[in-house]
Amino acid sequence: MSANLLTVSPSPHVHTELTVPQIMRGVIIAMTPALLFSIYNFGLGALYVSFLSVFFCVGIEYGISKYLLKRASTIYDGSAIITGLLLAFNIPSNLPWHIILIGSAVSIGIGKMSFGGLGNNPFNPALVGRVFLLLSFPVQMTSWPVRGITLSLDAITSATPLGILKEGVNMGTSVDVLMQDMPSYLNFFFGMQSGSLGEVSVFALLLGLIYMLYRKIITWHIPVSMLATVTLLSGVFWLQDPTKYASPVFHLLTGGIMLGAVFMATDYVTSPFTHRGMILFGVGIGLLTVIIRLFGSYPEGVSFAILIMNAFVPMINKYAKEPRYGARMKQSK
Amino acid sequence: MLRKRKTKKAMKLHKHKTFKLGGVHPDDQKISSGVAIIALPLPKVVTIPIAQHIGAPAKIVVQRGDMVKVGQIIATHEGFVSSNIHTSVSGRVGVIEEVMDSSGFKHTAISIRVKGDDWDESIDRSETLVEEIKLEPKEIVTCIMNGGVVGMGGAAFPSHVKLSVPEGKHVDYLLINGVECEPYLTADHRIMLEKPKEIIVGIKILMKALGVQHAIIGIEDNKQDAIELFERLLQKESSITVEALEVQYPQGGEKQLIQALLNREVPSGGLPSDVGVIVHNVGTTYAIYQAVQKNKPLIERVVTVTGKSIKQPSNFLVRIGTSVIDLLIAVGGVPEDTGKIVSGGPMMGKAIADLDVPVAKGTSGILVIPKDEASRAEIYNCLHCGKCIEACPMGLEPYHLLLMAKKGNSKRAKEEHILDCIECGSCSFVCPSNRPILDYIRLGKTQIRKEKKV
Repeated sequence: MSANLLTVSPSPHVHTELTVPQIMRGVIIAMTPALLFSIYNFGLGALYVSFLSVFFCVGIEYGISKYLLKRASTIYDGSAIITGLLLAFNIPSNLPWHIILIGSAVSIGIGKMSFGGLGNNPFNPALVGRVFLLLSFPVQMTSWPVRGITLSLDAITSATPLGILKEGVNMGTSVDVLMQDMPSYLNFFFGMQSGSLGEVSVFALLLGLIYMLYRKIITWHIPVSMLATVTLLSGVFWLQDPTKYASPVFHLLTGGIMLGAVFMATDYVTSPFTHRGMILFGVGIGLLTVIIRLFGSYPEGVSFAILIMNAFVPMINKYAKEPRYGARMKQSK
Repeated sequence: MLRKRKTKKAMKLHKHKTFKLGGVHPDDQKISSGVAIIALPLPKVVTIPIAQHIGAPAKIVVQRGDMVKVGQIIATHEGFVSSNIHTSVSGRVGVIEEVMDSSGFKHTAISIRVKGDDWDESIDRSETLVEEIKLEPKEIVTCIMNGGVVGMGGAAFPSHVKLSVPEGKHVDYLLINGVECEPYLTADHRIMLEKPKEIIVGIKILMKALGVQHAIIGIEDNKQDAIELFERLLQKESSITVEALEVQYPQGGEKQLIQALLNREVPSGGLPSDVGVIVHNVGTTYAIYQAVQKNKPLIERVVTVTGKSIKQPSNFLVRIGTSVIDLLIAVGGVPEDTGKIVSGGPMMGKAIADLDVPVAKGTSGILVIPKDEASRAEIYNCLHCGKCIEACPMGLEPYHLLLMAKKGNSKRAKEEHILDCIECGSCSFVCPSNRPILDYIRLGKTQIRKEKKV
């Protein structure tokens, strides 16, 4: 054997198994329980919407890299699939295809590729798409199908628990009275409620969270700090006036909080680098979510809260640094 | 018996000490740990570089054609931060020319054609343990300097310099580094198992030279046999203790070891002696025992020859200057699918381009990596996952240092403490996007050093 054939490169010569495609695959696996549950819950409409969303997102990313940026396609890293799935998770399962196409185009085109693709976008692409759709098509985006009616894309629609609560409280009805007509907390936990495609089953989302923590894809810092803040802040208001404000358990089990905490806020690209920063980020999202839910005109505020905190990430990165080795010795001198 | 069981149980419940920031867990692959050290047969020729240490290269004092005996000085130290070079074989001095060493650069080396095995008479070659330390502290340092002892953990810093603590600094702890956190390498592990009594005498020599009252041997928990052996041998010694450490890379980094064992942190740009600590590797400690008690200079060392594709991974006692090819032949030749050969461990070792590279004082292992693991994988954009920050044992922000080094912004890189980087490679190891983080950090450090010189 000739010595010339030896590879020479600087150290290290070994590398962890957890690379970008593995991480993306892991996230997709973590999303599977929620997707399966939404198919069970909303019927084939959920599958149809998810498929369209993924198809459009991947297609648009391919098109943009090939014809506009004229460079090697990046679709194989799997991130466009995740954006597509997340967008689907954030929209009703009876949304018409052309609105999904617009949402995908905004998510991938404006939210991601206009900044230079994976890793360069300041805002969560799927949320950029979702909020764009929410502002542009408010009626379609807030007409959720009634759960259990399968195989039909023209299902009867209903409001989400959060929507019912918001409207009821605004009309002056007590929370206790409103709660009587709603499913039990246990039903909420398993997902027997109406809402966007992937957000309804807290149980399925928690399975995903456990899987991602186990695979060390994400750390606990963002989900835990965000959920703890929501619990604390909504708890303070609830204790003060339980007729006007719902309990923290209700807040945790409804709307997009769990989806946001597990899959949206933990997006690597748009969250802070350090553990300290992650905790600040999670606390910020929790605070904004509760404030929007309780005092804003929208019943739900997770998407807005995450996008607003996304804008703070560069600042958090600048100030929330990890302690440096030897730094404390300098201070003592 | 009862006591032993008790300590064992306590050890399991008790979480071992470790460093506080970052760290990674590469697969430790200590496949050669059960193989006893065997002396490699004498090679036909050795090539001894005159710069095997940090500091000035030694000055050659022999000429082509000279006959030399094992242990004879062939190059003397130039200035204080330098080291003597002795011949590791007997025979005739051949060409003195520039050869490529493990750094990939060409450096002057002396080749010696081996004839017999004729040792210098002043060297005590017996195996008898000499426990009594007759020399005074100053004489010990001189003896170590004459013996050409340098740090054998990899950096090859002259040991006598470490022992000459500057005026005004007070050292109260000696740490002995038996961590061997690099995957695959088992040279230190074998020395600890086979020469524990000599190492203990070596520690006492170092303690006497430094005038310290406490010494701690730090050993990673994957070497339970070595930990138990030292615990047993040190039962009656109150000043020397053994501490088991968590298996975590880079536990054996000097700064990390100090943090793990004493919870002290060396200030940025400082030395261990700034916080009252001196650290020596176990292999070095054994070499110091030999230099001081046996008058035997550093002419041979233990080298692990290993790799997944190697049939008989081994630990060899090798004369300095032996070619890597001789070591590989001793384990059955270079496997067919070899893609890369590394001098040292997989995390910090250097890939060599040439099999004629000689074993130097700092060569702890030769690692053979198969083709399918030899090249780097596809690079993706930075995902901002923060895993490099999580992994950095110095608490730096590697992704950020990469960007600044890429832009050539030395000023900002320096402000972000790029010079604190110990080049352990944890950031590059852990990066899911396979980004060449450490490569750029090295570039940034070089830029700063160049600017300093101008």
